[in-house]
Amino acid sequence: MTEPTTLDPPAAPLPEAAADGGVPPVRRRGGDAWYELRRRPLFWCSAAVLLLAGVMAAVPSLFARLGPNEQCDLLRAKQGPAGGHPFGWDVQGCDYWSQVVHGARPSLLVGTAVTLFALAVSVVLGSLAGYFGGAVDAVLSRVTDVFFGLPFVLGATVVLTAFPGHGIWAVTLVLVALGWTTMTRIMRSQVIAVRESDHVLAARALGAGHLRVMTRHILPNAFAPVFVVAMLNVGNVIAGEATLDYLGVGLQYPTVSWGLQLNMAQDFYADHPHLLVFPALFLSVTVLSFLLLGDAVRDALDPRLR
Amino acid sequence: MGRYTARRLLQAVPVFLGTTFLIYALVFALPGDPVRALAGDKPVSPSALAALHARYHLDDPLVVQYGKYLAGLVRGDLGETFTGQRVSDLLADRWTVTAQLAVTAWVFELVLGVTLGVIAGLRRGKAVDTAVLAGTTLVIAVPVFVVGYTAQLLVGLEWGLLPTAGTEEGWPTSYLLPGMVLGSFGLAYVARLTRTTLVENLRSDYVRTAAAKGLGRTRTVVVHTLRNSLIPVVTYLGVDFGALMAGAVVTEGIFNLPGVGQQVFQSIQLKEGPVVVGATTALVLVFLLVNLAVDLLYGVLDPRIRHD
Repeated sequence: MTEPTTLDPPAAPLPEAAADGGVPPVRRRGGDAWYELRRRPLFWCSAAVLLLAGVMAAVPSLFARLGPNEQCDLLRAKQGPAGGHPFGWDVQGCDYWSQVVHGARPSLLVGTAVTLFALAVSVVLGSLAGYFGGAVDAVLSRVTDVFFGLPFVLGATVVLTAFPGHGIWAVTLVLVALGWTTMTRIMRSQVIAVRESDHVLAARALGAGHLRVMTRHILPNAFAPVFVVAMLNVGNVIAGEATLDYLGVGLQYPTVSWGLQLNMAQDFYADHPHLLVFPALFLSVTVLSFLLLGDAVRDALDPRLR
Repeated sequence: MGRYTARRLLQAVPVFLGTTFLIYALVFALPGDPVRALAGDKPVSPSALAALHARYHLDDPLVVQYGKYLAGLVRGDLGETFTGQRVSDLLADRWTVTAQLAVTAWVFELVLGVTLGVIAGLRRGKAVDTAVLAGTTLVIAVPVFVVGYTAQLLVGLEWGLLPTAGTEEGWPTSYLLPGMVLGSFGLAYVARLTRTTLVENLRSDYVRTAAAKGLGRTRTVVVHTLRNSLIPVVTYLGVDFGALMAGAVVTEGIFNLPGVGQQVFQSIQLKEGPVVVGATTALVLVFLLVNLAVDLLYGVLDPRIRHD
């Protein structure tokens, strides 16, 4: 029951991004999209924010003076911003700026890892279902429906409660298991759209095998929509992971993550709003950047919106 | 139409079985013995343990347990909890709360979302349009529990406009704020979706034809364009109703509403398999039926789509 967040979902399957004819300089699709992207300020803004978040996740010591859960002083717990401590202190009395900076890594790691794995699963399953049709399609589509029907929060809670003491990879696995369906459906419908086109028939007539037809002739022409949804999906996954953390079934202390910080803040936010504001701000800006980036790429790949 | 409905219903059967079995298997995999968990620290006599295991079929293999559960389900029996309460009784009151919450959120999505989308779509590129786009982008990016706490803090505690917790004031007063929070994401999505499809369809040939025939702007927009533009919106709203029911757990937690989501969440922690499976089964059923209804609605909305 989880739909990926797309800011402006295409009403119908995306048409081929090939030249409509009449546009003088014919560029390859990738080059064409890049040309479109370069001219969009929103693309550069979100890319810059994500680059910053990426550096924060990779080398937190560049930004934070202290390590995670380091030099905490309970006497300072929940105090607001003060000199040298721009974000104040958290519930445990740790410097909140350092904690929030260290929270970037799990979010970005889970967001990208889940999306990559789910993308891989959906490309393989969607291609198989769309290309072979018949019984393969029927079985794969019903399996997709089964997983699509699982409620996200409740499903994830059941699995994660069944395996207490889980780490970041278990959370990743659960999010992949609950998040591959929509992309698989998109991939399948794209493959069906491309399957009967002339160049595929020509390749088959020349004796190309199933694998070659799928990887060389169908995949490159069917990949764009699912790629766009995958980009938009990163933000969605990050928000979902934070929701699980917030509910107390996702990542566990001593891991430092934005979702866990929001979980801790929930009992104190009325008197100490800074506990809620800072992780929420970082989380929302990151999610927003992924959405805007995906949106910009989508617009660049979809000639109808120009 | 009849054949199409029958085929869709037949397709839903394996999906229903698969989803409920998956949930059942996952709940079954929860570590620990639920009977021992119920007894807490106190020792349980082996005979009592055996009797309870027999009563709840805990020693049967997974598939047999699931089969017995299904057999009960067909008779309208959702089973009982380990404290002997009927699951259907336990969930009955909870369903009303969650349904009221989901319907409130859904109405918000439908009415406000479509209205905002139409306004933005008709005034494309103007200030209203930009405001709607920027606002909805923000709402989509901020996680629902952050929206919930902010709304609770501002609207409820600071301004004192609406109740912040519980269901004391009944529907709709108690459900307005939680409903708005729960529906905020979908509202933003519906608004953007409506705007996009409306803008796209306003450029289409049949709209130009309608205008050329001399039809007024209102009729062109409402009858010719909006009806077709609503197809993806209806799809989304259909899928989203199930998601609202299932996703209500977070909102119910923030606003302290005794709904199904809260119950299931607690039951997962207490390893009360029957409650988890029962509630989730019902959720999946709602989801499948609404999706079927949506597919059938297509033909009504768009005369170009005909089943069979």
